[in-house]
Amino acid sequence: MSTYHRHVPNTWWLQRRPYILFMIRELTSVFVAGYCIFLLVFVFKLTEGADAYANFMAALKYPSSVALHLITLVFVLYHTITWFNLTPKILVLYKGEDRIPQGLVAGVFYAGWVVVSIIVALLVLGV
Amino acid sequence: MAETMKLEIFRYRPEKESEPTFQTFKVPFHEDWVVLDAINHIKDEIDGTLSYRWSCRMGVCGSCGMMINNVPKLSCAAFLKDYYPDTIRIEPLTGFPVERDLIIEMDDFMTKLTEIQPYIIRNEGEEKQLDEGEYLQTPAELAHFKQYSMCINCVLCYAACPVYALDSSFIGPAAIALGQRYNMDTRDQGRDARQELIASHEGIWDCTFVGECSAVCPKHVDPAAAIQRAKVSSTIDWFKDTLIPWGKKK
Repeated sequence: MSTYHRHVPNTWWLQRRPYILFMIRELTSVFVAGYCIFLLVFVFKLTEGADAYANFMAALKYPSSVALHLITLVFVLYHTITWFNLTPKILVLYKGEDRIPQGLVAGVFYAGWVVVSIIVALLVLGV
Repeated sequence: MAETMKLEIFRYRPEKESEPTFQTFKVPFHEDWVVLDAINHIKDEIDGTLSYRWSCRMGVCGSCGMMINNVPKLSCAAFLKDYYPDTIRIEPLTGFPVERDLIIEMDDFMTKLTEIQPYIIRNEGEEKQLDEGEYLQTPAELAHFKQYSMCINCVLCYAACPVYALDSSFIGPAAIALGQRYNMDTRDQGRDARQELIASHEGIWDCTFVGECSAVCPKHVDPAAAIQRAKVSSTIDWFKDTLIPWGKKK
């Protein structure tokens, strides 16, 4: 019997909203990796002395640099939120016969995020 | 005049066409009809040559899965009223070869299901005889895997998985979830036997965690979670084998 094999187009991910959201999540990894490289460069500039560091900081104030950082922030937030929301699928915890609510598992990660963000904010502001 | 709806149905009749076509049928609209009722109406009243699988009409047998407006669903659980008055587009489940009309070829899934050994395996010589009684298990131990045992093999999860559609060597959601179901069963000792396949590239590591397998599952099995949990336990295995090789069990 001859069966018919359907071709999967390269645009398969545009056909349904969940696939588009998935592909955006995959794309956000590029921005996360990019920002990690930026932080490494940042540390490297620190080792090159005060002038190099000051020049680097001045370059960061260009509108194009600010815009790139804002775009990166949006993608990194998307990355963080979508992965935090998926953690209950990886951390399936039980107390006896009852599964610990998925919202609670994800909530712990959000709470940790808030705490770390507050600590970083306090350090940056020098409080 | 009675209300009607249109169904645009994928037709493939290999004896008369080499490429599939779509055929539109007009069916009566009833509030309590599901898509399967409408297709049965077409089969009984309009075109008896329309081919599709169905049996229980109550979400148990898992045989009436179809793409309904590009979403894999059991046609016995998809109500016409949720689509009315728009035309509903019905296709065979994505990712599988089509035998005829809405009938897919499931051989690949059945082979993978067999390979995953979805049954309790006991070590040689450790199998209880009938007169020795049952393998006891607490309700808490059962709770850990019960969800994964609800699978009805409807393969909606495969149709929702773009990885499987793009690369059919992927073992796929339902088979891995069933493997995980037995791996987590305290009565089972077959994890090592399944691990070679589950922890292979075609197994859990092919999964990119799209998550749609769980979203479309009519029995809330959550195969995406089963796969991610298998990834965690396989990673722990790797660390144990690499960091404490002397502790590796035979």
